[in-house]
Amino acid sequence: MKAAVIVFPGSNCDQDMFYAIKEGLGEEVEYVWHTETSLDGFDAVLIPGGFSYGDYLRSGAIARFANIMPAVIQAAKEGKPVLGVCNGFQILLEAGLLPGAMLRNRDLKFICETVPLKVVNPNTQFTSEYKQDEIIQIPIAHGEGNYYCNEETLAELKANNQIVFTYDSQNPNGSLADIAGIVNKEGNVLGMMPHPERAADLVLGNDDGLKLFQSILKHWRDYHAAYTS
Amino acid sequence: MPLTHLEPSPEQIEQDKVYRKMGLSEKEYENVKNILGRRPNYTETGLFSVMWSEHCSYKTSKPVLKTFPTKGKQVLQGPGEGAGIVDIGDGQAVAFKIESHNHPSAVEPYQGAATGVGGIIRDVFSMGARPIAMLNSLRFGDPSIPRVKYLFEQIVAGIAGYGNCIGIPTVGGEIAFDPCYNENPLVNAMCVGLINHEDIQVGQARGLGNTVMYVGATTGRDGIHGATFASEELTEDAERSAVQVGDPFMEKLLLEACLELIKHDALVGIQDMGAAGLVSSSSEMASKAGMGIHMNLDDIPQRETNMTPYEMMLSESQERMLIVVKKGREDEITAIFEKWGLHAVTVGEVIEEKVLRLEHKGEIVAEVPVDALAEDAPVYHMPSEEPAKYRENQSMAPWKPQVENIEETLTQLVSMPTIASKEWVYRQYDHMVQTNTVVAPGSDAAVVRIRGTRKALAMTTDCNAKYLSLDPLVGGQIAVSEAARNIVCSGGLPLAITDCLNFGNPEKPEVFWEIEQAAKGMSDACLSLNTPVISGNVSLYNETNKHAIDPTPVVGMVGLIKDIDHVTTSEFKQAGDAIYVIGKADGSFGGSAIQLLQEGNAFGKAPALDLAIEEQRQAQLLEAIQSGYVQSAHDLSDGGLGVALAESVFGTGLGAEVELANDLAIELFSETQSRFLVSVTKENREAFEAIVNDAIFLGHVTDKQSIQFSSKNDVVTVNPVELEKAWKGALTCFMKTEN
Repeated sequence: MKAAVIVFPGSNCDQDMFYAIKEGLGEEVEYVWHTETSLDGFDAVLIPGGFSYGDYLRSGAIARFANIMPAVIQAAKEGKPVLGVCNGFQILLEAGLLPGAMLRNRDLKFICETVPLKVVNPNTQFTSEYKQDEIIQIPIAHGEGNYYCNEETLAELKANNQIVFTYDSQNPNGSLADIAGIVNKEGNVLGMMPHPERAADLVLGNDDGLKLFQSILKHWRDYHAAYTS
Repeated sequence: MPLTHLEPSPEQIEQDKVYRKMGLSEKEYENVKNILGRRPNYTETGLFSVMWSEHCSYKTSKPVLKTFPTKGKQVLQGPGEGAGIVDIGDGQAVAFKIESHNHPSAVEPYQGAATGVGGIIRDVFSMGARPIAMLNSLRFGDPSIPRVKYLFEQIVAGIAGYGNCIGIPTVGGEIAFDPCYNENPLVNAMCVGLINHEDIQVGQARGLGNTVMYVGATTGRDGIHGATFASEELTEDAERSAVQVGDPFMEKLLLEACLELIKHDALVGIQDMGAAGLVSSSSEMASKAGMGIHMNLDDIPQRETNMTPYEMMLSESQERMLIVVKKGREDEITAIFEKWGLHAVTVGEVIEEKVLRLEHKGEIVAEVPVDALAEDAPVYHMPSEEPAKYRENQSMAPWKPQVENIEETLTQLVSMPTIASKEWVYRQYDHMVQTNTVVAPGSDAAVVRIRGTRKALAMTTDCNAKYLSLDPLVGGQIAVSEAARNIVCSGGLPLAITDCLNFGNPEKPEVFWEIEQAAKGMSDACLSLNTPVISGNVSLYNETNKHAIDPTPVVGMVGLIKDIDHVTTSEFKQAGDAIYVIGKADGSFGGSAIQLLQEGNAFGKAPALDLAIEEQRQAQLLEAIQSGYVQSAHDLSDGGLGVALAESVFGTGLGAEVELANDLAIELFSETQSRFLVSVTKENREAFEAIVNDAIFLGHVTDKQSIQFSSKNDVVTVNPVELEKAWKGALTCFMKTEN
């Protein structure tokens, strides 16, 4: 499997994502600069965290106009897995690949800490290696992670099992329905505020996030096995 | 039209003593006239005034700084460049430096703190190093004062805002509260970078005819005279225009572009435009190379219209660098910066004559010898005098605390803002980005691994200013020793220090005496512990309304952990482990936390320190850790053994039972120096004792949720859950209280 890590000016978790794939997962990975226009040849698209374009105007609001974005949207349409973490999630929202919007954290402060997440939908290509309702420890680091959408959208998210991760026990940022991560209807675009790439190395004391990448790989292998046989 | 015609003429400058307002003394102005052989014009007067400010020239602190030990076989770059550099083997090295941003933060706390972070990061990447960690050392007044609370909240937010955005983890630091900082907070930021030996850069303008280029953000009118402002006492009408505004996004782009640039063979020299912006970077680069620079100010990228040469040269707009490149290769450099959407424009050239020559609108508007600006700034040997306060403290009979209820006293101690958990603060800092943080904020030192190796770096900032307020010499020794203890407890070998000397007005003989004594103490400890001073910064005039702060020479230290398996943290690991304290309690209470708690101020003698014992215990503990015999290690600092024991239990769900030889109040709260709290598995006890001479067995880690202290006459049991609640909640509680 070959993954692309999209790099915008101001991305700062690009290397972390790169190493999670290369060293944590042991798969091929390349950086793709925002001025590129094609993602041909990549099997997965990863949009890392950071402060693309300095978070000016609104988190993710400028990045959605980058040259690479039509290729990201195309990859999503083709059914390739697209993962946006933190600022990556914000960009996916701004690009309309996922519904809803981000508000500032309830306490109006940046929060960096490891929090418990509940895997409420283990039946996606990002979560198949987790168990239903498994509690995992994943770091968060954001100032605008307070997910919001209208009632109709929330009802739809629930009806389609699009809510993948929720904050367990304590909601750190005030997000609606404790939402930490959602997928699109088709299930191939995941946006999440917590950072699985920061929990993919036991030297740092936690590899609870590794199964997310392993799920992506497993899905890709299963798909390829089916396709080639 | 630039507004130069509104500037006073050279004659008016002399007559009206305009130079005084800019910070030059009468004598210094005469000196400038002698150097130039004429009266300086307005721009030139500005150049001298900022370059000869204490902030840029260290004119009063230089004689003291010269006494610091700066050599060692690990040192690759000592003081004098953007940051110092030490070797860590395998062709790798660590660059680090600490710097103050006290005055700007007192006036405009968010931007003051943010640009302090930005400035120190540029110092490190201007050496060619990739910044891998940030630390800080902060001092605030009494947090129940609304203004102090505001400063605290905004300064923390400023540090977070800049560091989080640029993507460098803020992994550690220290924060203390004392009324002496009520109006004059201290904001010291430290940056640590990783570099390969062959990539080390210097800030020199070498090579006649080479091109001087300006890269990064545009120049505006912000921060004009920032360096002078930092070299005066704070007054009510402190100028907000002297405070710069930061843009971490711009700096992130500049950082990435510069790290590409340093791999390019057309680069000759690079220097940050920090304090005194274009003046300092150009004159220092030229002076170090023994050359001069001709600059055309029309080519400076400007943010505002009609800027005068004076404004451009003195602006402290952020996120800018001055570089010198080989002539004819400018386009290659421009291409690198264009990729990142940044300016890279030719603004001048290296000339033979050792002058800084400035051209503007076809005229030469300034011509000044570079050495006069950079190297030959005046040096003052200030008078120094032992303060009466010191003699009084030295002659006092030892003070002893009266403790009725151990549990209550311990609860009060862990709730003191200086000792309480700083989670409220570091929760706002991204301390995990770059995914190398092995030990996060909250332990003795932060630990960052070096990817692709077995090595890791331990880093810390320390200073107990209360000890220095009683005895700056011993306090200076303790500041360095405590930093080294933190490194050793984490499993690292201390390598070197950077320091930030925060003091009051050096023109007062008592203050200058404090500076001399503190520096002497620090030097003694640096020599004993083999941790030379490789970089640093001086912040004087930390006074408001004639009250100086406590002498606060903050020590930033980095150590090398040879193998990631040696990483040790302070919390207990499992029930049944043996608990040891290294070193006996002797009843040292001068400047102790319990004295502040019970008496409200510090007095008497500071705790004594024997550097030979310090060195020996550190070496032995490190050997025991490297041999794999140590489960947890924690240095005893504020609050003594009682607080250290409590901190080692917090968050573990474990408890402890210890038996102490003497009176519990002395055993638990004395701040006797050179002591450590260590836990060891049963199997390793004998091997551990064989290495560590002064280890005293105290008892065991238990799986009960209680801490039991016993002595001959007393058995006291403390509930660690309640204690932890008090420790964790104290700062949050302060911040949530409305005034």
